[in-house]
Amino acid sequence: MNEVLPLARLMQGNEAIAEGALAAGARFFAGYPITPSTEIAEILAEKLPLLGGRFIQMEDEIASMAAVIGASLAGIKSLTATSGPGFSLKQENIGFAVIAEIPCVVVNVQRYGPSTGIPTAPAQGDVMQARWGTHGDHPAIALCPASVQEAFTLTVQAFNLSEKFRTPVILLTDEVIGHLRERVVLPGPGELPVINRKKPPAGLKVYYPYRPDADGVPPMANFCEGYRYHVTGLVHDESGFPSTSPDVAERLMIRLNNKIMNNLDEIILTESFLTEDAEIAVIAYGAVSRSARRAVKEARAAGIKVGLFRPVTIWPFPEREVAELSGRVRALLVPEMNLGQLKLEVERSAGHGAKVAGLCKVNGELITPGEILEAIRQL
Amino acid sequence: MQEKLKKYLRLERLPHIWCPGCGNGILLGAFVRAVGQLGLDQNNTVVVSGIGCSSRATGYLDFNTLHTTHGRALAFATGIKVARPEASVFVLMGDGDAAAIGGNHLIHAARRNIDITAIIFNNSIYGMTGGQYSPLTPQGSRATTAPHGLFERPFDLAELAKAAGATYVARATTYHTGLLTRLIKAGAGHKGFSLIEVITACPVSYGRRNRSGSAYDMLVWQKEHGVPVEKAAKMKPEEMRGKFLIGELHRAEAPEYTEAYERFTGELQRSFKGE
Ligand SMILES: Cc1ncc(C[n+]2csc(CCOP(=O)(O)OP(=O)(O)O)c2C)c(N)n1
Ligand code: SF4
Repeated sequence: MNEVLPLARLMQGNEAIAEGALAAGARFFAGYPITPSTEIAEILAEKLPLLGGRFIQMEDEIASMAAVIGASLAGIKSLTATSGPGFSLKQENIGFAVIAEIPCVVVNVQRYGPSTGIPTAPAQGDVMQARWGTHGDHPAIALCPASVQEAFTLTVQAFNLSEKFRTPVILLTDEVIGHLRERVVLPGPGELPVINRKKPPAGLKVYYPYRPDADGVPPMANFCEGYRYHVTGLVHDESGFPSTSPDVAERLMIRLNNKIMNNLDEIILTESFLTEDAEIAVIAYGAVSRSARRAVKEARAAGIKVGLFRPVTIWPFPEREVAELSGRVRALLVPEMNLGQLKLEVERSAGHGAKVAGLCKVNGELITPGEILEAIRQL
Repeated sequence: MQEKLKKYLRLERLPHIWCPGCGNGILLGAFVRAVGQLGLDQNNTVVVSGIGCSSRATGYLDFNTLHTTHGRALAFATGIKVARPEASVFVLMGDGDAAAIGGNHLIHAARRNIDITAIIFNNSIYGMTGGQYSPLTPQGSRATTAPHGLFERPFDLAELAKAAGATYVARATTYHTGLLTRLIKAGAGHKGFSLIEVITACPVSYGRRNRSGSAYDMLVWQKEHGVPVEKAAKMKPEEMRGKFLIGELHRAEAPEYTEAYERFTGELQRSFKGE
């Protein structure tokens, strides 16, 4: 028997993120320690130097985000990882990466806030910050793993999306998934697709760093590889130089938005469990979706027709999928570890479809299956 | 401008946005001369700036240029240099940019002794936002946010960089352009973190408010107050009062960050493979 068995390992969520980053080809990490994200930095500090990659602990989160953008522009796939207050500090430079179209991955292992909150208690309070944290109007991509296996695969996916669409991608996880230990099957080399940024063809007379192809994404030349150009956080035209022209500004903002919104099929991932005949659907994400799945099973055993819909991509929000679901069920229940952030999106998408109820818990503890079951019974 | 230096400028981007009499253009000229004399490969040179009047310089320079966020230029540049150690990396910053919002990045870039040449346009004021005081505004000066005169004490940026671990520290003015060009060249040639503070004039946001006279008068002031280190060595302390040193202020040898990293990880990889 020469069969190569897939490599199965017991792993923590944060470790899976570090492994996923390496599998995606990331070779640069800059960060500043903060619980509960710290293991990601610690593991990469150990592994990156051995793989010819680079690890640097910066003086703060702002610097880390800046260094990640610099390294990505210099041609290396790069990431940073943080929690709570650190995510707040990164926001200005996340906006820079959005407008300058620099691919990179930002991991936020959510913790209870605001401010220092409860350092290691789980929460899902950064849903809106992941969407609107930086100033200005901009698109956002955020992925939300619900298992350690998914922490791995979604990290790879986060890099793929960031490289493909030249945009920062947020892996929005939480303390429960970050510290959970589970069996993970690591794919063999080449098993998971790895996407690299589209480069301009060699030998162009003039390279326009912000002239998009038909897909809305401009090919990206790395610094010091032959094409010299200007990168700025100011509104810029296709040449990369600043402009205050209303036309240029409008075209840029609309293109940045469209390159994401016109490719939702590629970006939006969702999971449905027993929703086909459901009369009630629970919409849950991240760690809470684990409790929800259990609650759905128990409710089914008790004869209640309920299913689970899980947005894996929470930004852009799967509006179409939720609208469709809300047309088929009587009620939607959104349990989350905050006071109703994603519920707002569900309500907006459901329109006049099903009734939407929230189940909010903000005491620093995970919502239990029992609590969700109880809420289902109330509907 | 010498014909052969034109290739370092994006001539199509000129004229620049700076006010008449602003010292930034003089500094830009010295930078281009220094780079030209060094014969640096444009494709392998990165110039990073923060936000401020001075930081708009990257738009006029024909290199790989990155105009970042206010105060963060050195952190962006650190990522670039670590990712691509073979590149020559320059950072252009205003005094507010470098010493206020970016002060933390400045001391840590100096501590790491990473091979970046930082050039600070010290015009004693926040130019772009219209004349608020900076950590380098001299005590007693007026600024829009110090309408009664500034009571705070300023930094000595060169001493700060030196204490933090920078291995090359120098100061010039936009009057002493020959010296300025030489110092930029020396800083760029130095392996490690180099900081060159350049006293430049902002006749509009600083000068008007402080009765500094015309741009010409401000250059004369630089001429009369900047004392070369060699000359200062022979002067009495009272003769130096109100004046400042120019020239090479500090030079030291210490391992450079990216080289040290390469060496460290090379050894690690060899021992890991059991060689
Ligand atoms: C985070 C942030 N805070 C404040 C500003 C506003 N701002 C722009 S330039 C500047 C100061 C400019 O002064 P300096 O760095 O000394 O450069 P100069 O314009 O004098 O060359 C400030 C405060 C900003 N752009 N970003
Ligand atoms: S405000 Fe001052 S620093 Fe800015 S361009 Fe005008 S003169 Fe120069």
